[in-house]
Amino acid sequence: MKARPERPRLSIPKPHRRGFLTAAAGLFGVSALGGCDRFAASPTGQRALKAGEDANLFVQRLLLTPASLAKEFPDSQISPWFKPNGTIDPPDRAYKALAAQRFQGFKLRVDGLVERPQDLSLADLRALPARTQTTRHDCVEGWSAIGKWTGVPLSEVLQRAGLKPNARYIVFHCADTMEYAASEEPDEAEEKPTEKTANPGMESRPEGAENQASDSKAAGDEAPADVDEAAQGTPVRYYESIDLTDAFHPQTILAYDLNGQALPVSNGAPLRLRVERQLGYKQAKYVMRIEVTETLNGIGEGGGGYWEDRGYEWYAGI
Amino acid sequence: MAAGSTLSGPDIVETVRRRWMFRHPLVIRLAHWINVVCLAILLMSGLQIFNAHPALNWGAASTFDSPFVAITDDQRDDGTPRGIVYVAGHTFDTTGVLGLSNLNGQPAGRAFPSWATLPAHQDLATGRRWHFLFAWAFVINGLIYLVYGIGTGQLRRRVIPDGDQMRGFGSSIREHLTLHFPEGDEAKRYNVLQKLSYLVVVAVLLPLMVLTGLAMSPGMNAVVPLPDLFGGRQSARTVHFIVTNLLVLFVIVHVLLVLLSGVANNMRSMITGWFVIERRKLPAGSGESR
Repeated sequence: MKARPERPRLSIPKPHRRGFLTAAAGLFGVSALGGCDRFAASPTGQRALKAGEDANLFVQRLLLTPASLAKEFPDSQISPWFKPNGTIDPPDRAYKALAAQRFQGFKLRVDGLVERPQDLSLADLRALPARTQTTRHDCVEGWSAIGKWTGVPLSEVLQRAGLKPNARYIVFHCADTMEYAASEEPDEAEEKPTEKTANPGMESRPEGAENQASDSKAAGDEAPADVDEAAQGTPVRYYESIDLTDAFHPQTILAYDLNGQALPVSNGAPLRLRVERQLGYKQAKYVMRIEVTETLNGIGEGGGGYWEDRGYEWYAGI
Repeated sequence: MAAGSTLSGPDIVETVRRRWMFRHPLVIRLAHWINVVCLAILLMSGLQIFNAHPALNWGAASTFDSPFVAITDDQRDDGTPRGIVYVAGHTFDTTGVLGLSNLNGQPAGRAFPSWATLPAHQDLATGRRWHFLFAWAFVINGLIYLVYGIGTGQLRRRVIPDGDQMRGFGSSIREHLTLHFPEGDEAKRYNVLQKLSYLVVVAVLLPLMVLTGLAMSPGMNAVVPLPDLFGGRQSARTVHFIVTNLLVLFVIVHVLLVLLSGVANNMRSMITGWFVIERRKLPAGSGESR
């Protein structure tokens, strides 16, 4: 007797289809995983991947008004320890000399597309109107810390210097050497380890959970030591840039105090940029010179900042 | 159950009739497969991003000394390295998978292993690019799905249990536990547990992923104070991670049930739209074929 006459028609192909589907899914999976990394490395892939972050900038600029402020916290929420990250003790001799005199010889240079180039000492900057804000610092790695920053609004400084009509970007040149550009003798094995003692006020604590952040601004441990520059090639010092929208935002300040005390070296003394609506790597430490430009071409590799030239997005609002 | 009991007699045999049913319109099918790609890439690039700071905290800021969860590596008493997962005071040895795993044949300290992250090697910048590009694809795809699903009534039919289904809640659980799947008329609609899990995923978990993701954006925070919804930015990051785990759990159960309840029929219906309803019936019954 033939029970269930139609059953065989349905069930016979099943194992084949199943085998085929499983094999297809497996093949797709494997090729997709290997293929993704190859795609990301190709120029087309890089342009395509960047589209998402371009969309972030476009949408956030639509949503953010000049008056949209980053949240300010009560002082009770200040982090007991403001994690210093990236460079925590610049190895550069010129910087060390300034730090040894508590930055008395420091002058912030403001030049580029300005009517009146400026050289401002810390006393000059402290004499300008000040703003204090307790804000949350969000590192690109994922962690946050809350600190109270006091400093001069960048707009005050820029207004003193007077922007030329073609000014578009504010570029920050910093004191800390991140690496040396290739030269005849790029032998990095000769570098001495960074001294970790000169870290006033904030002791660097080793973090078990932090040891894998080698590719973002946690490069402090690997920063080149104070060695003869000529033997190492041209030092690449930290640089960052913002556009005029962020430059004239009321919370964009050049901070000289953290939590009511002079900014420690580990957190960027004598001056640190605060751009509160963006991630940590935009908050340039050890700012020595502000250059006003029309374009980011010619600054580093043209990405607009040290990490931007190494794949991170110029707009770090997310 | 629609299928009647087997009758045995000299002239009456049970037959199985196949009835074709157009179950998944094109938009739903496309949205489903685009979502598969998006979620896979978001998961793997998300694990890459997590690896840059493999610890979770609660509140606005991080407490570096006392994370709620951390995946890291240290050394055993004999000096050999091990991977550990730390959860609320408990430490688990996860060497080989979490905390310490092989990268190009060498043991490397990394929270999630290279086979689970995109890119495979440690590269936060590229991981972020993948994540944001596919976050946009995911959101646009999800919005199309929602507008279409609500507009056509597909969504209501798919995720809201009918009145009689709620009354049959207990028996549906029993059916799942014994791996008995509905046939006949009952197979034309999703069962109650299926609808409720899709409802939770579509209406709760996926929107939570978008909200907690945006809550981590310092730019978005100046537009809407999203972190406050979750108790702070680090809490939002933790919720983002927990919901990721729930979605992975959902996908595992979903794929398992697809395999158990007729993989060819399920796959065909999500690729072509056509689903076969099997119906046991008597030969004397009215014609049911397409």
